[in-house]
Amino acid sequence: MRVNFTVNGRPQEADDVWEGESLLYVLRERLGLPGAKNACEQGECGSCTVRLDGVPVCSCLVAAGQVEGREVVTVEGLAEYARQRTCGSGKCDTSAKGATSLDDAQRWSAHGTDSQTGEGTELSPVQQAFIDAGAVQCGFCTPGLLVAADEMLERNPTPTDADIREALSGNLCRCTGYETIMNAVRLAAARQSEAV
Amino acid sequence: MAGNNAPLGTPTKVTQGSQTKGGIGESTLRPDGTLKVTGEFAYSSDMWHEDMLWGQILRSPVAHAEIVSIDTSEALAQAGVYAVMTYDDLPTDVRHYGLEFPDTPVLARGRVRHHGEPVAIVAADHPETARRAAAKIKVEYRELPVVTDESTATAPDAPLIHENRTDHYAAHVTHPNILHRQPIIRGDVEEARSRADFIVTGEYTFGMQDQAFLGPESGLAVPAEDGGVDLYIATQWLHSDLRQIAPVLGLPEEKVRMTLSGVGGAFGGREDLSMQIHACLLALRTGKPVKIVYNRFESFFGHVHRHPAKLFYEHGATKDGKLTHLKARIVLDGGAYASASPAVVGNAASLGAGPYVIDDVDIEALALYTNNPPCGAMRGFGAVQACFAYEAQMDKLADKVGMDRVEFRRLNAMEQGTIMPTGQPVDSPAPVAELLRRVKAMPLPPERQWESSEGADVRQLPGGLSNTTHGEGVVRGVGYAVGIKNVGFSEGFDDYSTARVRMEVVGGEPVATVHTAMAEVGQGGVTVHAQIARTELGVTQVTIQPADTQVGSAGSTSASRQTYVTGGAVKNACELVRERVLEIGRRKFGTYHPAWATAELLLEVGKVVTDGGEVLADLVDVLEDESVEVEEEWRHRPTEPFDRHTGQGFGHVQYSFAAHRAVVEVDTELGLVKVIELACAQDVGKALNPLSVVGQIQGGTTQGLGMAVMEEILVDPKTAKVRNPSFTDYLIPTILDTPTMPVDVLELADAHAPYGLRGVGEAPTLSSTPAVLAAIRNATGLELNRTPVRPEHLTGM
Repeated sequence: MRVNFTVNGRPQEADDVWEGESLLYVLRERLGLPGAKNACEQGECGSCTVRLDGVPVCSCLVAAGQVEGREVVTVEGLAEYARQRTCGSGKCDTSAKGATSLDDAQRWSAHGTDSQTGEGTELSPVQQAFIDAGAVQCGFCTPGLLVAADEMLERNPTPTDADIREALSGNLCRCTGYETIMNAVRLAAARQSEAV
Repeated sequence: MAGNNAPLGTPTKVTQGSQTKGGIGESTLRPDGTLKVTGEFAYSSDMWHEDMLWGQILRSPVAHAEIVSIDTSEALAQAGVYAVMTYDDLPTDVRHYGLEFPDTPVLARGRVRHHGEPVAIVAADHPETARRAAAKIKVEYRELPVVTDESTATAPDAPLIHENRTDHYAAHVTHPNILHRQPIIRGDVEEARSRADFIVTGEYTFGMQDQAFLGPESGLAVPAEDGGVDLYIATQWLHSDLRQIAPVLGLPEEKVRMTLSGVGGAFGGREDLSMQIHACLLALRTGKPVKIVYNRFESFFGHVHRHPAKLFYEHGATKDGKLTHLKARIVLDGGAYASASPAVVGNAASLGAGPYVIDDVDIEALALYTNNPPCGAMRGFGAVQACFAYEAQMDKLADKVGMDRVEFRRLNAMEQGTIMPTGQPVDSPAPVAELLRRVKAMPLPPERQWESSEGADVRQLPGGLSNTTHGEGVVRGVGYAVGIKNVGFSEGFDDYSTARVRMEVVGGEPVATVHTAMAEVGQGGVTVHAQIARTELGVTQVTIQPADTQVGSAGSTSASRQTYVTGGAVKNACELVRERVLEIGRRKFGTYHPAWATAELLLEVGKVVTDGGEVLADLVDVLEDESVEVEEEWRHRPTEPFDRHTGQGFGHVQYSFAAHRAVVEVDTELGLVKVIELACAQDVGKALNPLSVVGQIQGGTTQGLGMAVMEEILVDPKTAKVRNPSFTDYLIPTILDTPTMPVDVLELADAHAPYGLRGVGEAPTLSSTPAVLAAIRNATGLELNRTPVRPEHLTGM
């Protein structure tokens, strides 16, 4: 079958899709967007999280045919999605980078000086915060966590720790023990509120 | 030309504090961070090739059976199927592989020995076509009786898992179903026992843990025009894979070109081969690129697990609290194939006494061959199981003696100079008592944090959003544990790493390029290599080349060894490059200043400087259009095997230590546990990247927490079949299960190691589990001799 839908703002057409294929498979294997990850393919780990008409979903549990005519945002489009959201709320000129030091946001300080990291690539605040806070190790859980965390911060710009844990409870990470992920989301929230 | 306007070679004073930025000791950020947050980082399952096929493995549905027949005709006849291969289709006489010795069939030959063993492989143009074709392969099994534990494995009439063993362990075991056995005997336990005022014994059970790395086993094999194959793969050790793959394919190693793809975690589970040979076989058979990606269900069958264990411990102590002796027996279940079991046995035995001074010791550790899933490497590697048992013993013994549990440990803690049960002296700092002191001194989290004026926040209570309690029946407990882990490969293994480092001027700036075959699995080795190059070569720009087999082996990303050994190799290669650069400088500018001949020279901030801080030249002027490149192997100090009968020997390179304090709240009515806080103190010698070090400690701590309260592969004892191969039924900690983890990092240098560093990754996985168990015992008063603890163990249901 043929599936037409919008991915990261661009119309896409996938041909010869077998009816049993998931949205995850179509994104990764047919559209060249491997950012959404395939850690469990059974809806338990959250690594394949994308936004479907704005709602975070496990793309492994969405049949490809279900997305006909709908809008999908993946981690590849997260920076642009966040930029447009900021513009839409009249804060287009606000640079999200480096507004708050992590020291101010959290007890653990992480001041990177590696010039290679983040240079020249526009990132969303939550993406930058994940790098700055050391929330990326193997990185396989990262895309799903970023989409989920970005969506939570959109709904709840000043989350408590319990709010963050609840919102990210569907995303497994095996490397970090989540502490740096907590720091990253706290940092993104702090930078976001400072930018307002 | 760079630098000032003075004539070339004129020395100047270096400005204060102009150390090269981004060197060791700083929390520089990951060079792969941006790619990983934008989704562009290419993991092994992301590989794609025009016209590629998908590989699928058919696995045994039973644990132990004779294969009576295999009929592949219907599978081959399916549209879209390009190849079906069984044992009979293997191209050479080399049809087995293995980490230590080759006992694992590439595809089953007439017999399967565990649930999920590969029997046949299929290549097709769509993964679903491949799956359906695999399901159409007709295999007739005649089931055989299974052995699943020590008593069934060593019974007189037990079926032999491997008949006619020829491996080098076979000669010294008492039964062919015992894979390896290592005693450690020192002093006189019988005499020491007579001096004990108190004796405690315990029998402990440790469940089977899964590494549960998130990136599934996967890769892409591309056949090459020269008859070879290019393999893009996630692994922990490229050259170990290569050594096992090439002979099965009948190819010389140089025709199997391996490149490391992005690795989504490892934790030991990628030390063994998984789909590597299968993908290469199908690619060479079909002449097309073949991609294989396990799903989570298959991943549970696709790699070895942490050995489940039975541990029998007896300790004695005098009434003033000094340990008298230890008698221990550790039985590890190695499953159907050897994997790394012999080395796990060596670790369990040699570290079985823990970080304590005990002069009289009699330890026996062994691994069984059974029909259970094969077990091998996982973070902590034999030391984890032992730590669970000896730490439970320490609490029991402290209680008997009537001492505080932490003070009892501190009284018996080893220190630098202590002699291990293997006779090896501990010849670098061993701050066991200090780590315990520090972890105990941390402020305790406040009681009943979930209480608020608006009622209880159930998210912070046992049971969480299931809303099972508002505080009724909830009891708090606190527990402590400490552990000892070896760093690096032990027992005489030639454990080396290779690094290639080049220095040249690019775009008017000195640039270093580091090329190793180190598997970056998330630990941050790539970050540290760049830091080392900056520190040693005084450059800002460092390029880390992709890891591949075009450079010499970097050894395994395991045993907490990569920063030590491959980091050591990078440091060594940088030092050799620096010497060559200085020689060039002396040749060009030596006559300008006597310091070129007399002073200790360094490279800092792109300049050659004296140790007094005087600038002699710009690196740009020294190098001009020359490039300096060195590839060199580097070894840590040698170790020796443990004596077969007494276990004596200088077996380990280095030891590492961590201590934990766990605070838990237990809903005693439902048997639900909430870990409130897991504090850790660890000595790391030197934190090359503090942010990464803390990340390792917290990650390792969390895996230990999982082992304490939720993680276990359940194997049916009657059928040896795996009952929970999914993330629905095998639970790993979520962000709701994981508490805050304050970390206290000590840096006591080990003079034998590069920069004084101490391997970090594994030690925190040891003591986390027993600390949580101790806290649950403290809360409930229950004995709890097995891990993980499940609700029924707490409620007695």
